[in-house]
Amino acid sequence: MRLITVAGPPSSGKTSVIGKTFEAFGKRSVELAVIKFDCLSTADEQYYEKKGIKTKLGLSGSLCPDHYFVNNIDTCFHWALKEKVDILVTESAGLCNRCSPHIKEILSVCVIDNLSGYHTPKKIGPMLKFADIVVITKGDIVSQAEREVFAFNVKRVNPKAKILHINGITGQGAAELGKLFLEANDYESLDDMKLRFTMPAALCSYCLGETMIGRDYHMGNVKNIKLD
Amino acid sequence: MQCEKHFIEPYDFLTEMGFELLEKNQSMDRYMALMDDDILEDMGTNKEMLVAGYEAAHLQLVEEPGVRVNSILIKGGFNKDGEKEAIDILLKPGEIVSIVGPTGSGKSRLLGDIEWLARGDTPTGRWIVINGALPDDAQRYCFEEKLISQLSQNMNFVMDANVEEFIEMHAQSRNIQQIDGVIEAVINQANALAGEPFTRETPLTALSGGQSRALMIVDVAFLCKSPIVLIDEIENAGIDRRKALDLLVKTEKIIMIATHDPVLALMANRRLVIKNGGMHQIIESNEAEKKVLKKLEAMDQEMLTIRNALRNGEMIYSE
Repeated sequence: MRLITVAGPPSSGKTSVIGKTFEAFGKRSVELAVIKFDCLSTADEQYYEKKGIKTKLGLSGSLCPDHYFVNNIDTCFHWALKEKVDILVTESAGLCNRCSPHIKEILSVCVIDNLSGYHTPKKIGPMLKFADIVVITKGDIVSQAEREVFAFNVKRVNPKAKILHINGITGQGAAELGKLFLEANDYESLDDMKLRFTMPAALCSYCLGETMIGRDYHMGNVKNIKLD
Repeated sequence: MQCEKHFIEPYDFLTEMGFELLEKNQSMDRYMALMDDDILEDMGTNKEMLVAGYEAAHLQLVEEPGVRVNSILIKGGFNKDGEKEAIDILLKPGEIVSIVGPTGSGKSRLLGDIEWLARGDTPTGRWIVINGALPDDAQRYCFEEKLISQLSQNMNFVMDANVEEFIEMHAQSRNIQQIDGVIEAVINQANALAGEPFTRETPLTALSGGQSRALMIVDVAFLCKSPIVLIDEIENAGIDRRKALDLLVKTEKIIMIATHDPVLALMANRRLVIKNGGMHQIIESNEAEKKVLKKLEAMDQEMLTIRNALRNGEMIYSE
């Protein structure tokens, strides 16, 4: 089975891109399933179900969504194998820009939009820098020059990635992404696979539910801000 | 050969990435040796990635492929019902072709096919032949996203920069030198199209619809290397559209206009009719149509004159 990790900042168009890519498969019978990882709530599973895409939802609640992702990804993989899925797509929001759900050997996609500002590519961490494919959306709302400057800035931080421009409303460009999905590596299991980059770490008193503020309450993996 | 100074210094590259470096003018290797792995991890990157990024930034600037397109042939595939398209169309630099057809007829798909250099592997099954040959895989990625620049319907910029910074940024991404001259030329040309002058310091977001459009058009003509320009309508918002098209023709672009506007559609020598997802027909503009175009352009000109008169606080008199 082919696993594809799709990550990107909130509202960058991940769901539309995946939906349009599925539509682009058209008459080719490809069994696609999506597992949406999120924190609090989402209505995306309804969007997928309407399109006839098999969907499961994972809400991390008070946990770091990326840690939740990596703790559950092999369970998801087994589920999809059992369901005879051809392509399993995981969708996760890079909420803190330090998120990194990409796995070595597994096709990884970062979705980022033209409206997020031309400095943004620089500010996003591993989920952009270590992706195989960078999908840039909302190109129809900005000018050619703005698109070019944005793509140039993406290339600067991730020179190896293929850049695709996809219009999440009309679906222009989605067929090409679908083609790359079908070329992804095929695996029987995720045993012995490794993340491309370490997860954001935290193991301090606040992870365990502390709410009081003050030095006396700090414990564990704590980093102090440098102001001078 | 390029001169050394046009390359990015390791110092500039790394500070631009957000690193604080104490010493200038060190080699990339030296900077890497000084970097702490933990700090890099905090920044969501590592040495390997940084070095690759630095090298790629060079390659990008040095090896920007000179895409010289002398012809593009679109070989027909199939329409939405799977019927064979009866036509192929050959496009050449300096030519204007309009694309007509109702919304949803498949104009976007056609452009998608060109952009992706389709080889029978898109939903339409079309083939794109460049300069008489099928691009191989390497060329495909070399041409990638450099083939078409698009002037979409939007009339506003979203970038938070002024006109000068904007042109500078775009020119830099294209490795264009003598930026100052370019800025001057772009602004002068854009002002000639829009009629209402703006300056280097004008913020992009403060430009009027007409000024934005004029700047976008001149920018595409001067700063985009793409041999094809796709225009998705040019609203009649106080821009001299004939001048705009002449400018693009002069820069040897292949111009495709997707439009419902009679003046624009008739300015093209040929019209490609799209129907039900397929290329349906090519109509060549004849003398009778050219006469109609003249009439429409005269009306257009009258509108523009009255518009400018009103803008200048003048009275309008009937003839």
